[in-house]
Amino acid sequence: MNTTIADLTVGEKGIIEDIPYESVPLKLLEMGCLPGKEVELIQLAPLNDPLYIKVNGSHLAIRKETAKLIVITKSENLCETIKS
Amino acid sequence: MRDHQVIKVALVGNPNTGKSSLFNQLTGLNQKVSNYPGVTVEKKTGTAKLSNTITAHVVDLPGTYSINPSSADENIVLQSFLNAESEYPDVAVVVADVENLKRNLYLFSQIKDLEIPAILVINMSDQMKRKGISIDIDLLKQELNSEVVLISARKNIGVEALKEAIINYKTINTSVIADIANRIDAVFFNKVKSTFKEISLYKAWLLITQYQNFSTLDNELKEKIKSFREDASRLKKMQNRETILRYQYINAILKKTYKVNINEATGLRFKLDKILTHKIFGYVIFAGILMLIFQSIFDWTSMPMDFIDAQFSQLSDYVKHHFSQGVFTNLLADGIIPGIGGIVIFIPQIAMLFFLISILEETGYMSRVVFLMDKIMRRFGMSGKSVIPLISGTACAIPAIMAARNISGWKERLVTILVTPFTTCSARLPVYAIIIALVIPDKRFLGVFSLQGLTLMALYLLGFVAAIASGYLLHKILKINEKSFFVIEMPNYKLPSLKNVLFTVLEKTKAFVFGAGKIILALSIVLWFLASNGPESYKNATEIVTNTNSSLQLPQDEMDQKIASYKLEHSYIGIAGKTIEPMIKPLGYDWKIGIALLTSFAAREVFVSTLATIYSVEDDNTATIKERMAAEINQDTGKKRFDFPVGMSLLVFYAFAMQCMGTLAIVKRETNTWKWSLLQLFGMTALAYLLALLTFTVLS
Repeated sequence: MNTTIADLTVGEKGIIEDIPYESVPLKLLEMGCLPGKEVELIQLAPLNDPLYIKVNGSHLAIRKETAKLIVITKSENLCETIKS
Repeated sequence: MRDHQVIKVALVGNPNTGKSSLFNQLTGLNQKVSNYPGVTVEKKTGTAKLSNTITAHVVDLPGTYSINPSSADENIVLQSFLNAESEYPDVAVVVADVENLKRNLYLFSQIKDLEIPAILVINMSDQMKRKGISIDIDLLKQELNSEVVLISARKNIGVEALKEAIINYKTINTSVIADIANRIDAVFFNKVKSTFKEISLYKAWLLITQYQNFSTLDNELKEKIKSFREDASRLKKMQNRETILRYQYINAILKKTYKVNINEATGLRFKLDKILTHKIFGYVIFAGILMLIFQSIFDWTSMPMDFIDAQFSQLSDYVKHHFSQGVFTNLLADGIIPGIGGIVIFIPQIAMLFFLISILEETGYMSRVVFLMDKIMRRFGMSGKSVIPLISGTACAIPAIMAARNISGWKERLVTILVTPFTTCSARLPVYAIIIALVIPDKRFLGVFSLQGLTLMALYLLGFVAAIASGYLLHKILKINEKSFFVIEMPNYKLPSLKNVLFTVLEKTKAFVFGAGKIILALSIVLWFLASNGPESYKNATEIVTNTNSSLQLPQDEMDQKIASYKLEHSYIGIAGKTIEPMIKPLGYDWKIGIALLTSFAAREVFVSTLATIYSVEDDNTATIKERMAAEINQDTGKKRFDFPVGMSLLVFYAFAMQCMGTLAIVKRETNTWKWSLLQLFGMTALAYLLALLTFTVLS
């Protein structure tokens, strides 16, 4: 299973690895949500949906179904990868 | 004297960039709202004086993040740059917010690629210091090969420099911003370029990728476009590549020109978000704000509304007693004046509601409400954005349904449009008020709560429950499969600008008065005509009544009353009321209430004025409408006409029935078909009939 934005806990950060262009609206990309950019989970609505994220300088709210599609690497994992 | 020069300016920009502030600053009160031909999206235009001989004709386009549209509103921006030849702007002014310059430059880069003169306006420059931002404007100008102006629209800084830049628009470089096309797919774009020689490459690319109805295009061009559309997934891939390349280009420029000192960035946003979007406090605060809204709509506006009511009835009396008798005086006193009064009376409520809503939107709070409510609303087939139409619906369904435009998913938007008329709009209020006053005793429950007040509250609740429940039903029934595109920006909090708020209030109120008002006024006149004209038996009323009652030796005033009542029964409207009487008898109504039901189909509040007309035609005493209604006797039972079961049945009927022509018209315009208007009309009326029948049967 890939790690996605939906797996972040509040305050956690990650780097976007992959966005399935076919199923994600172009608008999301246009608002700055692009591969290689850092994404931070700022707040979760009740029932963990929608998600309030900060990405590439933009503050956005997206639904969980969309968040589940965007593959990331969590930032602490990233650090470990670099160390090892 | 030299000829006066007019420059056509298109104002574009992301939402929340202060674009409206700039528009208000440029045009002041010289603005008007009209509709784009064929669509309902409001077109805001205005004029600004640039110099003694030059005027700017400014179009304020809807806020958008990209020229690729994802809602009806945003589509207008695309159309403005592709379709309208006569109104094609001379210069595009792209408004950007200093804090989100990167994302704003994305739109700017698209506009610039259309090869028209574009001016980048960086707004909220007064915030730069506080936010630790510094920009090298000269270098940015050079990199973008465009004009860049730093302004603060709220503080009116830099607006003169912008005017200067607009005047000199012809000197702005119009070459494409970066050679993106070649980097996406050089072969493909060379082919596009050689096929579309007359238009810019980017314009051709937009024509190919946007599946819109470009009605003004000729067939030859349409065929050319088609030939490039064969591989849809390849086009989508190229669009994504375009987005990535644009951001790479923008990042490279900003690295050189834009600096943020992160330490100076404030934590206020973070702290406010923690509270306002909190899982518990967030809802508590929202509930509090809702209560404040309702309190202000119903309590704080009752004084001006009573005042307006009194003024219009006085004016009507004055006309009756001081003008010479005649058809014109009657039309004025009984048709036009009450008709206009029926519109003006809602102005305080509508103005108050939009005053509060635009404050919530200006501050950025509304986005947090959308965030909090989205999951809940989705269960009922709607989106978090549906909250705004549903709240607005408590004033008037017409602006509320228009507010559903920025919901990008069609199904969610449609459900919102269909259920919004269930919310208790202010037009139901006069109906509720008079019936409650007639049938609910003026007593207190547990010594504190007024029974009449509780009934009114129950009716409001009923409206919301009906909206939510029918949303759930529609959600299950409607088979519309589509991906929901829910991406919203959570803008930074800011203090609302009073000027912007007041402009919004003015605009919405004007839209109501001239939109819905026209229908209400026209119908009042039609109603007056139908009630004061009729076939033969109406015209000979005096003769017939005198003859049939000649043996009784009645005094003159009693005879007059008999004539008046005979006249009403035989007027066109009376005949209509009599015709539907068998249908509404099971609900407890007679033909007079039937007339009111028919006329109030135009607009609910007409119910009260119709009954006022009916009883004033019958009886010329100066008693109030409520006293006359209370005195009305049911001929069949000998009891009061408006007793408890009839009153409750009417309340239920008005809670559910689709009694508003304005709403039907707006739903047709917004959905582009009569199908949904008719579904609403028949569905809601059937529901209202059945529930009113049930209420009457159970209670009597």
